[in-house]
Formats: sequence, structure tokens, C-alpha cells
Amino acid sequence: MAAAETLDLPPVRPHRRALGRKALRRLLPWLVIVAIFVVWELVVRAFAIEQFILPAPSAIFAAGWEWRWPILDNSWQTLMTTVVGFGFAVVFGLLAGIAIGSSTLVYDGFYPALVGFNSIPKVAVIPILVIWFGIGTVPAIITAFLISFFPILVNVAAGIATVEPELKDVLRALGAKRWQVIQKVGLPRSMPYFFASLKVAITFAFVGSIVAETVAANKGIGNLMLVASSRFEVPLAFAGLLMTSIMGIAMYLVCSLLERRTTGWATRGIETAAPRA
Amino acid sequence: MNFVDLDRVSLRYGEDGDGTLALHGTTLRVATGEFVAVVGPSGCGKSTLMKVVTGLWPASAGTVIVSGREVTGPLSIVGMAFQNPTLLPWRTTLDNVMLPLEIVSPHCTRLRKERVAYVTKARDLLGLVGLKGFEEHFPWQLSGGMQQRASLCRALIHDPSLLMLDEPFAALDMFTREELWLALQDLWLARRPTVILVTHDLREAVFLADRVLVMSARPGRIVAERAVTLPRPRKLDVTYEPTSIAVVHELREHISAARASAA
Repeated sequence: MAAAETLDLPPVRPHRRALGRKALRRLLPWLVIVAIFVVWELVVRAFAIEQFILPAPSAIFAAGWEWRWPILDNSWQTLMTTVVGFGFAVVFGLLAGIAIGSSTLVYDGFYPALVGFNSIPKVAVIPILVIWFGIGTVPAIITAFLISFFPILVNVAAGIATVEPELKDVLRALGAKRWQVIQKVGLPRSMPYFFASLKVAITFAFVGSIVAETVAANKGIGNLMLVASSRFEVPLAFAGLLMTSIMGIAMYLVCSLLERRTTGWATRGIETAAPRA
Repeated sequence: MNFVDLDRVSLRYGEDGDGTLALHGTTLRVATGEFVAVVGPSGCGKSTLMKVVTGLWPASAGTVIVSGREVTGPLSIVGMAFQNPTLLPWRTTLDNVMLPLEIVSPHCTRLRKERVAYVTKARDLLGLVGLKGFEEHFPWQLSGGMQQRASLCRALIHDPSLLMLDEPFAALDMFTREELWLALQDLWLARRPTVILVTHDLREAVFLADRVLVMSARPGRIVAERAVTLPRPRKLDVTYEPTSIAVVHELREHISAARASAA
């Protein structure tokens, strides 16, 4: 090192372009969203599309503001059912994923049944849920759970099942019990898979609860949109859609923040360059 | 006294006995505190031998006795290192090295109370292989050679009486490899565990081991052995001296013969 410092080296140039790129990367998502709305508005105006076919963003925002209290009230209902269903999916998906991933016997035994179960369209189950639990929050929670449970399970199971055999040998040669291997290696290793699946599962959970609300509820964004479109209040229905997107993005961000906090080691960037031996 | 005693051991992979026959009538004795290297043509069952000795795979025939007891399941006293360092990327180097302490008794019950003492021990061990100052780094911040050093430390932290090394230096460049030979020799001289080193590098085997065993092509068994009596601690220059070059040549011929008989 000392020898290198005494050499006559040109001064280190700050990386200007990289800085500009970073700012652009932060700004770009917002620009894209604004651009979508602008193009949408222009298209609607240019072709004079009727409001009950495709409302312009300006009309949607206006409707959203006008109906802000019912929208917020119903959004809260949807958010709650989604989060509760999602919470169950996380707990059961994690437990079932551990069970299935850590034993080939359980894997072989249960996986076909699970795949079959997952192939059933969840919309088709809602009427049955209504027979069992009546119209309201419960079917929505269960639908959100059913639809988001599987991706979590599959990912956790994959993470645990793909532990390197050498690593298993290292631990087993120390006398580690099965659960110790899972606890020390399997679980931490499957965490990146788990969080990746959360990001998928949370958006699925919204789909589940909203579909259920459309079919079998008297509250929630799904119900609000159904009522709005039956009254030809199309801007209001679109405002509901917009609200769903916002909630979806918010929950996605929560999940990815959690991911970055807990499994930063798996998404390490090139900024943390390795020192030389 | 023999620490490891394999008597006519065979191993066939597969559940119904129609898999590959990897070992056939392997007899192997390693004294307590001895450093033995096993060399052989590729695919001769060297890694299988490791699995049988440690009890990770049960032998199909013959007896395996380690430390005076017949091996029926995975042993709990073994330190292992592989060609791949297999460090856990979510743990710092220090925590990686301390992993065995969380599993092996009696350390696992003492760890919480005597954490400071154990951390000091781990740091000392890391210092011994030249990783001082990298304790809080994550494995992916280390070079390949540094990771392999940490992996060696992990294999040794719980003072195992048996150290199994499966081509631990195979993926490293020559200079790093030679450096680690010295590090390994120092560690061995300081603690004197029984070591079985599987390698395909004859210079490495001759430099490190007290005795070099040559395995035949698959199904593997020991076809030749050669004691290496060079005084310890050995210096790297030793590998270029005529005596050790002669041993390397001799082993080479055994291996060529083993390969020829397979072909």
C-alpha cells in the first residue's frame, strides 16, 4: 500500500454519471406513473371517449375526492381482510414449507395433493365459503389466505430442500440433529425465497379479498366497485381500482423493506466489493 | 493405537444394491494423531471413503471402527472441510467459525455462559491462519483463499479428534495453496488431531502427510502406501528436494498403474 501511495498517480475522478443515474433510478417510477396518466388523459380527450366506458384520470381523481370517505372506509375493510388472510398464509405457509422442504417423505406425500388443491380457481370456492360462513368478512379472509398460501409454501420448501449436501454433512458430522440443520442452515437459507414469495403473495391476497368482496360481501373495495359500476358510476369504480393499486404497492414496499432488512446478504450489490487476500 | 480402523469395507450406492460399487474391500488403519493423505485417480471413491469413516453413509459390508467404537451413525467428533468452503453467507466469519460450538456438546451448553472465552479462542484460531481483522467480514467479502482458511478454522474450533479434509485446497491457486499447507501443518502440529486428507495433488500429499495411501480406480481400495519421513516442521522448499520428488514420482507410478488397470 505504502509503495502505491508514493507513486505519481492521477487524482481519483468522482463518478458523475453514476450519481446522475442514481437520481434517475429513484425518480423513474414516479415519472412512469405520471406519464401513464398523462397519456391516458390525452387519449380519452383526443378520441372523446365516453366517461362510462373509460373515464379520464381527472374524472377518476375528482370522483375519488368526492367519495373519499366511503372509499377510505371500504379500503380499510379490504386492507384488513387482506392483511389478516395474508398473515395466516405467512404462518401456515412457513410451517408447511418447513415440513415439506425438510422431509422427502412429506414432500412426496403431500405435494401432489397441494398442487391439485392449488389448481382449483379460488373464485369457484367462494360460493361454498358463503354457504359455510355467510356473506361478509370471513369468506374474504379465507379467499385471501387460500390464494396467497401456496407461493409462500413452495418457496420456503424449495429454500430448505436445496441446502447444499456438503453443508448438511458438515453439520451432521458434528452430531447435529435434523431440526438443528433446519434451524441453523435451512431456515436462514430459505429466507430470501420466503421474502420473494411474500411480495408475490401480498398482491395475490389483494386479488383474493377483492374478488370475494365482489361476489359475497356488503363492504370493501370490491363491493364498492360492484355497486359503482352497477350504477354506471364508472369513475368511482376506477377510483376503487386506483386505491387497490396504491394499497398493493404500499404492502409490497413493506415486504421488500422487511426483505432488505433481514436478508441483505442475499441481495448484496457490487458496491461492497471484496478486498483482496 | 489405531484411531481409525476400516476392515474390508465395501460400499454400494443406491437403495436396492444395484447402484455404483464405490468401495470394495478397503482396509485402512490410521494411528491416533497421524496425518494420512489418500490419493488416487479421479472418481476412485476418495470422497466416499470420507463418508464411510465419518458414518454419514453406512458401509454395505465390513467394519468401520473409529476411536475404539464401531461406527453405526454419524460421528459427532469430526471436523470437516471440503473443496467448497460452504460458509454461511448470513453469518460473519467469526460466527461461521463458531457454528460447531453451537452444536457439539459440551460446548453448546457452555457457549452462552463462556461466550467471551470462546470468542477469544475463535479469534486466536483465525489469527493463526492470517485472518486477523476479518472476523466481522461476511464470507462474500473474502477471497476464495480466505474463505477456505475460515472453513479450516470452522473444522478445528471444537478441537475435533478427527479431521477429515476432502480436497480442501483444490480450487485455489498454487501460491495460496502452498500458504495454506503451511497453515494446516502449523494447526496440526499445535493440536495433533488425527487427519485424513483426500487430495489429487501428490506434492500436497507428500508435503503434509506422515503416510500416503494410493487408491485404485473404482471400486476403490488401497493398493499402495508410502511413509514420508521428512522431519517436521517441513518448509516449502522440501517439496523441491530430491527425496520428496522421488516419493512423488513413486506415487505417480502407482496411480498410473491403477488407472491403466481400470482402463
